[in-house]
Amino acid sequence: MLVVACVKQVPDTTQVQIDPETGTLIREGVPFIVNPFDTHALEESLRLKDKYGFRVAAISMGPPNTEVTLKKALSLGADEVVLLSDRVFGGADTLATSRVLAEAIRRLGEKEEVLMVICGKQTIDGDTAQVGPGIASRLGYSQLTLVDQINDVDLRAKTVVVRRKLEGRHEIVEARLPAVLTVVREINRPRYPTVPMRLMAEGAEVMLWDNKVMQLDEETIGLRGSPTQVRRIFSPERVKGEILGDGLNKPEEAANLLIDSLLERDIISL
Amino acid sequence: MNPVSDLGAIGYLLFWGLTALAAGIFLYRGGQLLRYISLGRGNGGATPGIRKGLAALFNIIVQECQWKNLTHRDRAGVGHAFMFWGFILFVIYYFLFIVIASGFGISDTMEHNGFYVVYAWVTDIIAPFIVIGAVWGILRRYIGKPKRLEGQLTWEALIILITVLIHPITHVGKIATQIAAGHPPAGLGLATPPLSTAVANLYDGAASLEAWYAAWFWSHWVFVLLVLAIIGYTRYLHVIAAIINDLIRSAPPKGMVGLIDLKNQATFGVSRVDNFTQRDLLDIQACVVCGYCQENCPANLTDKPLNPRLIVRDVRANLLANAPALLKKQEPSLALIGGEREGSISEDAIWACTTCGACMEVCPVYIEHVPKIVEMRRDLVQMKAKFPEELLNLFENSEQRSNPWGIAPSDRAKWAASIDAQPFEAGKTEYLFYVGCAGAFDSRERHVSLAIARILDAAGVSWGILGRDEKCCGDSLRRLGNEFVYDRMARENIAQFQERGVTKIITECPHCYSTLKNDYRQYGVELDVVHHTEFINQLIKEGRLKLNGKNNDLGNVVFHDSCYLGRHNEIYQAPREAVAAVTGEAPTEMERHHNKAFCCGAGGGRMWMEENLGKRINIARVEEALEEAPKTICVSCPYCMVMFEDGLKDKDADDRVQVLDLAEIVAGALE
Repeated sequence: MLVVACVKQVPDTTQVQIDPETGTLIREGVPFIVNPFDTHALEESLRLKDKYGFRVAAISMGPPNTEVTLKKALSLGADEVVLLSDRVFGGADTLATSRVLAEAIRRLGEKEEVLMVICGKQTIDGDTAQVGPGIASRLGYSQLTLVDQINDVDLRAKTVVVRRKLEGRHEIVEARLPAVLTVVREINRPRYPTVPMRLMAEGAEVMLWDNKVMQLDEETIGLRGSPTQVRRIFSPERVKGEILGDGLNKPEEAANLLIDSLLERDIISL
Repeated sequence: MNPVSDLGAIGYLLFWGLTALAAGIFLYRGGQLLRYISLGRGNGGATPGIRKGLAALFNIIVQECQWKNLTHRDRAGVGHAFMFWGFILFVIYYFLFIVIASGFGISDTMEHNGFYVVYAWVTDIIAPFIVIGAVWGILRRYIGKPKRLEGQLTWEALIILITVLIHPITHVGKIATQIAAGHPPAGLGLATPPLSTAVANLYDGAASLEAWYAAWFWSHWVFVLLVLAIIGYTRYLHVIAAIINDLIRSAPPKGMVGLIDLKNQATFGVSRVDNFTQRDLLDIQACVVCGYCQENCPANLTDKPLNPRLIVRDVRANLLANAPALLKKQEPSLALIGGEREGSISEDAIWACTTCGACMEVCPVYIEHVPKIVEMRRDLVQMKAKFPEELLNLFENSEQRSNPWGIAPSDRAKWAASIDAQPFEAGKTEYLFYVGCAGAFDSRERHVSLAIARILDAAGVSWGILGRDEKCCGDSLRRLGNEFVYDRMARENIAQFQERGVTKIITECPHCYSTLKNDYRQYGVELDVVHHTEFINQLIKEGRLKLNGKNNDLGNVVFHDSCYLGRHNEIYQAPREAVAAVTGEAPTEMERHHNKAFCCGAGGGRMWMEENLGKRINIARVEEALEEAPKTICVSCPYCMVMFEDGLKDKDADDRVQVLDLAEIVAGALE
């Protein structure tokens, strides 16, 4: 039985700046990282493997250099990885992305029963949180979002019980398998790769599925299959205030000035 | 007369039979230990040479192993010197006058000349000193027992000390009965040796003096042979192993671990005793259980589960337990890491080490504890991915963003936003100021970076920075056993230095300093690295800094040695001289200072770990500093800075005591 972890390689957003002229992300020189939420999705898949002996497949859609992220998944213990990469997949919105990922999962399921698909709750570059639910819809799987604990997997009854982390409360829900789970960071602490596993992963071949393999209608994928278009990206303008005092050398004085100034403007009161 | 030849063929048979038996046991054990040691992986870079040989000889003669730990509170070294010199002189005596003279039946020739008389005098005089040393050693195990001897097996020490005690007594008995029997050592017109003569008088009128002489002779020789036989099975082994250790010990800085070899190695670290290097397995053989390491270990002194003496004991016990199986290519039965029994080391002990090097500094037999601990960390991190969970962020951040906190690398030059710092460019700027992660990101330490910049500018030094391109040196990762990632970071740094033509580097942090200077040398690069305290002191000496005499806000300045500046690189004077140049007087020393200084608690990657076991090391050190009633504590390391500031807050002393880096003290005194 297979657990599929969906991972995405994203630019390290703390290091991304927006070009004020063109309104696009300056990606040059910005390192890529594994979407942090997805590291928890992969970890949870690996924990299911440790506990129940399931096999874990990690899949990712992205440019060829996404191989690095999938090799990282291998080094952590994924049994197989699939890179979904093709020019025609590019420019996809969440709908088109979920179509490609869903098709890949369906194909994996032809060889081996897919029990669960685990995604991060969202990516840090797009922040939509739509791809996980999109996959569930495309495949007709149960949809469990914001999971912070998998309580039980019942293989006979084909059910899973999870805890969802909602604002100010938890919700324990049972769903029929197969299911798509999107997980929050609190669910686990990701593991660290051992050196032999890293070396194995570095030498491993990553399976590539392009559209010749996937055979998807080009009208439904990539830019052409995406009803959402990004018009403009911009940083919201912030009005810079004045600099009060000399916080570097006289922090106490600066703090007093700040408090006075906030009092003056009626932002705080004593 | 000769008690051996007096018995005829039986005498010779007995003499050589017993001697051969003892020598056989000695050689058997020696061979066994050598086979055990050969189980190790590679020789660990041990390279004895003529220079090391001469140095070792000198160390033996001046008893460096003893006087380096001699203090007014611990005078054990004096007693050891008595026994040591006695031992040396007696070994020569045994060889010449027992093995050769008696063993070959030529004692009449050998014992009737000036040399023998002189030698008899020498042994006669040294004998009481050996007795004093041995009795002293026995008594101090009961009366006024020092803390460092706690927790060790007393009976083994007693057996050894008693054999030491018996030797001079039987020797004097032998010479005395020889005199009494009318065969005194004679020649040069010298009188017979006084002590033996006095004892001989006790035999006045005794019957069968020849028999007495023979009895003393044989009992004496049997005791000598007994010692020879037990050398390999007791701490006596140190008399041989310590000398070998001195010959093969690593060049300073002590405690370097080897590079990772990704191509030829299947395991990356030490999880079994045969993963250690042969040197590691050899140096532990010399342990005399003196306890100096445990007495100086900051982890042990703050009640953590690490005791360097027990690391040595357990590695050795593990080797002795597992070696027979390992030699037969079988699996070891006793786990090296994590087991409960003697011979196993707990993970908590392995993680408690600050790599401060105090244990290696005081070890009289040159055992290198720290590399063993780092090697075991390597196994835990690299083979098992098992480490205190707070290290996960450090590892990921260091790999991902090349700094421990995971702050965006683009923020690296922000500390210099208020000054005009040039980017380093070969030809245009002479020195690279390698700020380091703390100097660039830590809000307190940024002041130190600015102070250094001010000093460099004031002295007209040509310097530049790498800005956002500067990368972490990898010190913490290396000490924590994450050699794989350290290796990548080091190679990236070296490539950048070479690409940009960096050759002269000023570092702010002693950890960067030691890593760039010593660790990177393992890749074959020689960088001209200088720590800011050395550099500033040099500028002061050259008169390139105009100091306005006194910096009055400093008050009593107490100096704290950074381990990686002091013990690891032997820089003790430069920062002290610079303080003196500002205040007009040498800084106040804490009780433990220079090479005996007590770690702040943050080295060896401990900076990034919780300290949940025992007392906090920085609190212990701050308490020691407060004993000296300082107004200023002078540090020279970003880690020490954090540890002292935290400790002072904890002791509610941060309002009356300030922590300043040496650079801040000097910058504050600039005209």
